[in-house]
Amino acid sequence: MTAGPETHDVVVIGGGPAGLAAALGARRAGAEDVLILERERELGGILRQCVHDGFGLFLYKESISGPEYAERLAEDAWREGVRTRTGAMVLDLTADRLLRVNSADGYRLIRARAVVLAMGCRERTREMIEIPGTRPAGVLTAGSAQHMVNLQNLRIGHDAVILGSGDIGLIMARRLTFEGMRVRGVFELMPWANGLERNVRQCLRDFDIPLELSSTVVEVRGRDRVSGVVVARVDEALRPIAGTEREVACDTLLLSVGLIPENELSRRAGIELSPLTGGALVDETLMTSVPGIFSCGNVLHIHDIADGASFEGFAAGRRAAEFLARGAGAAESRRVRIAPGENIRYVLPQAAQAGTEGLELNFRVTVPGRGRWVTVRGAASGALYFRKKFARLVPSEMLKIRIKRAVEEDVEVRCHG
Amino acid sequence: MRPKIPVSAKSEPLPSAFDVVVVGGGVVGCAVLRELSRYGLRLLLLERESDLAEGISKGNSGVIHAGFNVPSGTLKARTNVEGLSRIYRLARELGVPHRRTGKLVVALADEDRPRLEELKAQGDRNGTPGLEIVDESGIRARAPRVRGRWALSSPHSGIISPYEFTIALAECALQNGARVLLETPLTAVDVRPEGFLLETPRGRFSARWVVNCAGLYSDEVAALAGIEDYRIYPYRGEYLITDKEAAAVLDIPVYPVPPRDDSFLGAHLTPTLEGHILLGPSSAYVEDKRDAATTRPVMDRLKAEAFLLVPELRRLLFIHAYAGLRPKLTDPQGRVKLADFIVEESRLRPRWVNLVGIESPGLTAAPALAARVIDIIGAREDLALRPDFRPDRPAVPKFALLDDDERVRRVAADRAWGEMVCRCEHVTRAEVTAAVRNPFGARSLDAVKRRTRCGMGRCQGGFCGPRLADILQAEGVPPEKISKRGSGSEMFYGRNKP
Repeated sequence: MTAGPETHDVVVIGGGPAGLAAALGARRAGAEDVLILERERELGGILRQCVHDGFGLFLYKESISGPEYAERLAEDAWREGVRTRTGAMVLDLTADRLLRVNSADGYRLIRARAVVLAMGCRERTREMIEIPGTRPAGVLTAGSAQHMVNLQNLRIGHDAVILGSGDIGLIMARRLTFEGMRVRGVFELMPWANGLERNVRQCLRDFDIPLELSSTVVEVRGRDRVSGVVVARVDEALRPIAGTEREVACDTLLLSVGLIPENELSRRAGIELSPLTGGALVDETLMTSVPGIFSCGNVLHIHDIADGASFEGFAAGRRAAEFLARGAGAAESRRVRIAPGENIRYVLPQAAQAGTEGLELNFRVTVPGRGRWVTVRGAASGALYFRKKFARLVPSEMLKIRIKRAVEEDVEVRCHG
Repeated sequence: MRPKIPVSAKSEPLPSAFDVVVVGGGVVGCAVLRELSRYGLRLLLLERESDLAEGISKGNSGVIHAGFNVPSGTLKARTNVEGLSRIYRLARELGVPHRRTGKLVVALADEDRPRLEELKAQGDRNGTPGLEIVDESGIRARAPRVRGRWALSSPHSGIISPYEFTIALAECALQNGARVLLETPLTAVDVRPEGFLLETPRGRFSARWVVNCAGLYSDEVAALAGIEDYRIYPYRGEYLITDKEAAAVLDIPVYPVPPRDDSFLGAHLTPTLEGHILLGPSSAYVEDKRDAATTRPVMDRLKAEAFLLVPELRRLLFIHAYAGLRPKLTDPQGRVKLADFIVEESRLRPRWVNLVGIESPGLTAAPALAARVIDIIGAREDLALRPDFRPDRPAVPKFALLDDDERVRRVAADRAWGEMVCRCEHVTRAEVTAAVRNPFGARSLDAVKRRTRCGMGRCQGGFCGPRLADILQAEGVPPEKISKRGSGSEMFYGRNKP
């Protein structure tokens, strides 16, 4: 290519709740030239299709819809001098922060002094959970269905079964009911609902939609269009129990069976990923294993609310700006590791500079419980850094704790009786 | 009222009289059509489904076979080895992605070595070039992640996209004047002294010659002309596909020594050109010629056997499962033990040519089978080569495979190259609209997928599916006509709100 790459101080990849906040965070911390690259035609990411309310309770202290939340953040970003480019998809990212970007206005190379990853996540598909049977039309992930119904005004079916009680599945159960579809039931593999308690109440119970726990779909039927699904109860090892199968007639199967951080670009840049979160390994500044590349929002780990992704975005943007201000070649200091222990699915960050004070940890438990202790202890010394009793702990809710004293050694987070 | 004439006839009205009508738009039918289009013949292909390659040709491994795994002296062996010598050039001429990867048949234990020797001897008899038995170091050199004691190495085996190849053959034929009708099943045949009168929902066509390449339905198509000689038994093969991160694990097809009994499926591992790995196929007779369901026990067995050969497959994600059907002439009861390809002019109905039982290695053999059809027709009448025959096709490049400079040029010339539709496979709007507007007018999501790879990636259409719905609407397809693979598989029931 003839011309050299254009350059920017901070490039944020993704203009959803995390990316918009990251750009604002970077601007507010003094970065001059901040650019958001968003692959969709509009900013907002998945918020655009979330027409229900419940967004902004923490960030704006009121309940607004997804599009309103996105609009407020985007207006802040424009007002505060963030540059945005929509319809621009990053196809490649290198460890020295060279981006290949395609858009209708041109295919170009962009060099960034710092990068914030905010690409979000994608949905797990039928294939990833390996449901056998035929391959008819009418099997959709809940988020795709949400896009088709809310943004494209398309009628996706008449009778639906929803597999998985993730929040999008619950929201869609209510949405489809509003649109005149019959929702035959929501089936959940685990013995507990995966989505937020308020969504189980407001989206299922209020509409008499049955929720069957410890159940799954074991076969899809119908040659050209779904004609039904076979559901079965599962045992404690989550295996279908023979003899419990029954066919539920439907023409649509929606899947809300988990989200996967979309880290293909991170992989291309050689960023180390965590098998527990599916996102990058980060330190207390949300910096990945590649210097100058930060990560936030659902591409880092799956958040349960948009506000959480935004708060993380503000922090990542601020840290990216600080990284620039500090200049390259800052001295490498000793790092401590933060590991998940008993009944902790993951903890974030996974590492921190030794001696960090006021370290904030995000974590999720593996199984629900009441009246449990969460403790943080030195892996070698056994020294107690943090201890708190929680009245109620569920895997669907991310928790945040703050360790006041300086962490000088590797620590482990545990949740116990 | 005369039925509306679809797709390829949009530009000019379709004549009703043809020299040759090919029935079936799989790889064999399309190879026959393309070979026939070298001559000054009026040609028509009838396909019952909404796209080409919708039957056997889409549900196979896409392996270019070298001919060592078929019994010597058979038409299968001859057309396989002859097809091997033609298919690479043909793929280059047509601009179809392919790769001469080589292939390994692996024995996990010393006691299986004699089976490799037998295969090698058979291949040598058949004329398969370059076969050799290699030891553990030979396996490591060719496929470092594969476990095995001995292997038969076949350097000229390869991989190709079977549906891209099929579509390309038809596009070439089309460029040379052939006509193609999709969603046009043959429903009745009237045998006349001067030829055949073919009844379809799109009208009635006369043909001096009919070439029956109807795959799973070749027995039923022959029966329409009163030829009751054949019976096809559908034989299902299930597959699993990994994520594309698999390229580092395996880039050459690897088969275990062919199994002796049913306790072992003998699942094959086949890389795709994009870096996925296919596991399968399994083998089971089914009742219904369209029963392409996948089953839990087979999925589990495919994985267990594949992990034995390549332990590292365990860490890969599986992104898709599907099944294909093969047209067996051997029956489930085992009364017919061996069956060869059938390529013959009917004695009962002269000028009616049947290609029946074209299972593996039919993809590789297709160019040679097409040549056999030319021989049959050429034996009865003089075939004059057209001086203006074009061997290529108007191919649309894949954005994902272009270098930076070419991408810059394309986007500058046409903004549609700058609009990414499929984030997983990096497909642009330009490629999708080219597929929709191409001579076969891809109308279903699967048809777009096969031409562009849109929806084949790890999100399996989660993100690009809604975008394709928008693009198809922009191209004039109403929502209730957008289907997964043609009539009956509609995605939408119109709109929620007026």
